Parts: sequence; C-alpha cells; structure tokens
Amino acid sequence: MTLAVFFGCTFIAFGPAFSLFIFTIARDPLRIIILIAGAFFWLVSLLLSSLIWFIAVKASNPQDEQLQKGLLIFGVMFSVLLQEAFRFLYYKLLRKAIEGLVALSEDGCSPISIQQMAYVAGVGFGLMSGAFSMINLLADSLGPGTVGIHGDSQLYFLTSAFMTMVLIFLHTFWGILFFHGCEHRRWWEIAAVVIMHLTVSGLSFCNPLYVGSLVPSYLLMVGAAAWAYLLSGGSAQNLRRFLLCLRSGASPQPGS
Amino acid sequence: MSEESEESVPLLPLQQESMASALFNTDQNDNSERRRHDNSERRRNDNAESETNGQPQSNVQQVVEQDEEEDEELTLKYGAKHVIMLFVPVTLCMVVVVATIKSVSFYTRKDGQLIYTPFTEETETVGQRALNSILNAAIMISVIIVMTILLVVLYKYRCYKVIHGWLIISSLLLLFFFSFIYLGEVFKTYNVAMDYITVALMIWNFGVVGMICIHWKGPLRLQQAYLIMISALMALVFIKYLPEWTAWLILAVISVYDLIAVLCPKGPLRMLVETAQERNETLFPALIYSSTMIWLVNMAEEDPEAQRKSKNSTYDKKAPANRTQNEDADADDGGFSQEWQQQRDNRIGPIESTPESRAAVQALPSNSQTSEDPEERGVKLGLGDFIFYSVLVGKASATASGDWNTTLACFVAILIGLCLTLLLLAIFKKALPALPISITFGLVFYFATDNLVQPFMDQLAFHQFYI
Repeated sequence: MTLAVFFGCTFIAFGPAFSLFIFTIARDPLRIIILIAGAFFWLVSLLLSSLIWFIAVKASNPQDEQLQKGLLIFGVMFSVLLQEAFRFLYYKLLRKAIEGLVALSEDGCSPISIQQMAYVAGVGFGLMSGAFSMINLLADSLGPGTVGIHGDSQLYFLTSAFMTMVLIFLHTFWGILFFHGCEHRRWWEIAAVVIMHLTVSGLSFCNPLYVGSLVPSYLLMVGAAAWAYLLSGGSAQNLRRFLLCLRSGASPQPGS
Repeated sequence: MSEESEESVPLLPLQQESMASALFNTDQNDNSERRRHDNSERRRNDNAESETNGQPQSNVQQVVEQDEEEDEELTLKYGAKHVIMLFVPVTLCMVVVVATIKSVSFYTRKDGQLIYTPFTEETETVGQRALNSILNAAIMISVIIVMTILLVVLYKYRCYKVIHGWLIISSLLLLFFFSFIYLGEVFKTYNVAMDYITVALMIWNFGVVGMICIHWKGPLRLQQAYLIMISALMALVFIKYLPEWTAWLILAVISVYDLIAVLCPKGPLRMLVETAQERNETLFPALIYSSTMIWLVNMAEEDPEAQRKSKNSTYDKKAPANRTQNEDADADDGGFSQEWQQQRDNRIGPIESTPESRAAVQALPSNSQTSEDPEERGVKLGLGDFIFYSVLVGKASATASGDWNTTLACFVAILIGLCLTLLLLAIFKKALPALPISITFGLVFYFATDNLVQPFMDQLAFHQFYI
C-alpha cells in the first residue's frame, strides 16, 4: 500500500464528485450551503440508524455470529430507509426555503430552482456517504500493510473506491428523481428510488463477489442517469447537439 | 526546543493565554455582536444612507421598515455569500489544526498541564477523574470571567493604554514564541536540519510582518492568513495542554457562558458593548477576522476606483484608536460607528442624532458606491470562535477512535451551526453569540459518531457492506 494506491483510490472514488463540485457548485454560495446541509442531513440519518443498530447489538448476544450479521443486515436496510426519509425531510426544508426566497425576492423568482437544489442535495448526500465509507480506508492505505494477506480479496481498496464512486453518482441521480417525484406527486418515482437504494445496498451483501455487486450497481447507475437526464429536460436531441458542440444557431461552442 | 523549556512553556505564556482566551472570548462576543449587526446594519446602510445624510435618525426607521422585504432578499443574497466568506477561513483554520495534529506528534503528547487546570486526570477512579475535570473547567471558566470583567472595568475607566499594551503583548507572544515552537516541532517531525540563524531570520520576518499586518495595515489576504495562523496556534496550545475531559467540559461551559454573556442584560460583554456605544467609539477591534476591507472614512471620494485603491483593512487593534485621534473624529471604519447607531436605535429607539453621529453618517461613502459594491459588505467573526471550533475539531481528530469519520462529522456540524447562527442573525437582527449552536452540534456529533457510528461503520467496512 503506497501513495499510488492512496491517490488512485481517492481519485477513483471522489474525482467525479469533486469535478462536479468545482464546476457546478463551488461558484454559487447558496449551492455550497445546500450541499453542506445535505451532508448534514445524511449524517443525522446515519446517526439515528447507528443508534438503533447499537441498541440492537447491545441487547443481543455478542457471541452469535449469525445473529450479529443478521443485525448488521437489518441495520443496513433500516439505514437506507432512514436516509430516504431524511431525503424527504430535506426536500420539505428546501421547499420552504424556496418559498421564502421567492417571497422575499424582488422579481418573484427564486435565485435557485428546485431542480438545481435536487441535484446539489443529491451531491451532498453522495459526498457525505462516500466520505464516510472511504476516508478511513484511504487513511489506512497510506500506511504499511498487505491487502488480503489473510485470504481476503486483494482488490479491497479498488473495489471500495469503485463502489464509492457509483454510490456518489447514484445519490446524485436519486436526489433528482426523488425531488421530481415529490414535486409532481409521482409516488412511484419515490418508490423506485427507495427500491433502487435497497437493491444497491442489498447487492453489496454479495461482497467479496464483486461481480455481483459492482456490475449491477453500475447498470443501475446508468439507468438512473438516463432517467434523471430525461426528467431534467434532456433528450436525445439535446445530447446529440451537446456532443457535436452545436448551439442553437450560433457558431460551434460547447453546449452547456 | 529542549524538554525543560517545554515544561516551563506552560507557565510564562499562560497569563497571556488566559488573557488572550478571555480576549478572544470577549472580542469574539463583541465582534459576533458586531458581526450580527454588520449584516443587518450594512444592509440598512444601503437603503438608509441616501436619506440619513444630515437628517435625524428617525427617518431611517421608517425607510428601513418599508425596505424590509428587499432587505431580507438582500440579506439572503448577502447571507449566503457571507456564510461562505466565513466557511472558508473556518475550514482553513480547522484544516491547519487537523493537519498539524496528525503529523506533528508534539501536540498530542502529554507534557503537563496549564496552571489553570491544576487537577490531573490520571486518577484511579472514574469518579475522581470526573471531579477533577469539573474543577479544572470551573477554574478555567472563572479565570475567563475574571479576565472579561477586568477588561470591562479597564474599558469603563478608559485605561486604553493598558488594554492596547495587553493586546500587543498577546500577539507578540503568539507571533514569535508560539510560532517558534511550532516551527521547531515541524522541523523535528520531518527531521530537517536547521541552524539558529536561519530560524531567527524566519521567525523575525514572520513575526514582524504579522504584527504590522494585524495591528496596522497590510494586504487583506495576508492579514486574514495571519489571523487564521494565530488562531490555529492558539487552538493547538489548548489541544496540547488541556486534558481530555476538561477540554470537552470547557467547550460546553464556554458556549453557555457565551450565551449568557451576550444575551443577558447584565452580561459583561453586553455592558462592554453598551459602554462603547455610549461613547460612540469602536471597541478595540482586537482579534477580529474580517472578510473584506473597511472604507477609511477620510477616503470617501466620489470615485469608486480611488476608493477601491485606498481600501484598508479592519482589525487594527490600536490603529483605530490612534486614527480617531489623528484623523477625523469619525474616522472609524465606517461600519463601526454606523453600526453603533443602528444598534442603539434598535435597542433604545430612534433618538436625535448628535452632530458626531451625523458627521459619521455623512462621512460614510455615498450611496452610489455602496450600492455598486454590495460585495464589499463583509462579515466579521471573532477569533475566539475560530479557536474553539478548531479546538473541537482538533481534539476530535486527536483522540477519537473513529478518527476521520468523527473529524468530518464535527466539521460538518460546526459549519451547519455557523450557518444556522447567521440565519438566526438575519431573522432576529440582534446580538447573538457564535459559539453555542456550533459547539453544541459539534459535541453531540463528536460523542455520537465516536460511540455509535464508528462501530457501525467498522462492521460495514469489515464486511464491505454499503449503505
């Protein structure tokens, strides 16, 4: 384990998220605040779910391996549900904030739209979730050691990094989908997000059989990406024009 | 730095530290109050200035009421920007502290305790340890209270020279002595061979430039950087010399004290502020972090370019006092005197403006400039806030079993607390302390993450489950 592993895993896991942050969020103070508040909400949900798990563990027999694993699985599922609940609460809060911004603005429109907020909230959740999964691993990877010396998988760090990346992306897309569903009262979108989240977490139970957890997660991510893109107003035509660097009528410029 | 001198280190600078911490406390409170008003007052200035030049203050109130709606949108617009302007330095300070704690082992090594925390925590029973830490915290807090009251008394009886001397000595200590120790420890950690002559040159330059920047004039960014550095140094000293339970208790009690001192009518800080108001002068802006430059009033030209070029920065400890004597009577950093007026108006109601205050208002930059440069309205945060936030995060990174998770959780909690405090300021528009919300969140998240979340995340990482 060396600096190479450290930097490699850091950039795999957080590279896309940081680029998203730098290019889309860092310029606007309001978005940074929404990002940090999103991270906070995720943190609170994690806190509550670990509290429940902790109580369950303390109330049970520590020697029983199967029971502990079962409790852990229960903890994971409960945590997923709680995260989505807090996403809903955050949606409510942001709605109120938008109403406040609209009411106080001069021209009756808020400086930030609910879709942008949804995106930023998703990134916030994702970054915090990724950070909590990955940071201790990264710190350990700087130090001495051999991965998998006791027979575990040697790809531990790499797969953790990839899983973290996919989770960050997924949280971003789920944010968009979830908020869209709440906005337009499409409960099936919300249900889809919850089910997707449960699926991805459930798939991670296959680890260390990484093909069972990583590949489906990436497929789900592509699906969620396409769906979120369509919901945000994208279309095949938009995409084509973006890729061909066309702007409506103007000289070839990178489309935004 | 030899071992013996390390032990003697606690004794000498302790006076300064406690005074400095008291100072940071008071100043932070004052300046948090001032900061509270900075946002609201500056916005009011935007709308009020066009009307108040030469007119009695009462008109201001009505104009302000009507513009409340626009004010609040402006507040939010300013508010978000101001929050970020505070996020960045607070983050930087914490990053410096955490980086130092993680790399330089000196600051996590136990080398004795301050004389203000005489009871040891290496006791046999948990009960004894708890008792000792409570006593330590009580002593420390009483020292701080005494220092604050001393400061108020000195200020009331106009012993400005004493106060300024005190501040100069504190910053001298921080800039020279503590940074020398810090540099020495960094060199030791990285095994860098260094001669005394080079070190002397480096420390001399660092210290002198720091004194000039902080107490007189200097580029804004350099000033901000120096303030962040001395806050980090101070926080590191606290982290090193405060034993664990004492540190957490002190953090908790300081937040409560902050709350009381700023909000209670008989609180020393409130009295300090009111005295300063009555005299219509600035509180010694010792140790305030400011995010933008303040207009020098005698530079209030019509030309915005000239003004921008001649900008100067805020927190000169002695400079304003000197400047008030040397230059115009209201050569305050324009924000301060206007602030006090508005503050007074808020509290006591509109009163007829004295020639002094009117002159102060008139001397402010005209409306056109201020409306052209809304970004120049800055926020100020007391360095005491920086220090205690950094102490919390630094202690979390030094002693937590959850390590980085706990550090990150405390960091986010503190930022959110800061955000909420600024939001409350925008809503209530009155003096609010900066510590309680952030420190409460920080403490809650520290203990919760360390004891509840860390085992959970450990198990998840062990099985490679993802939530």
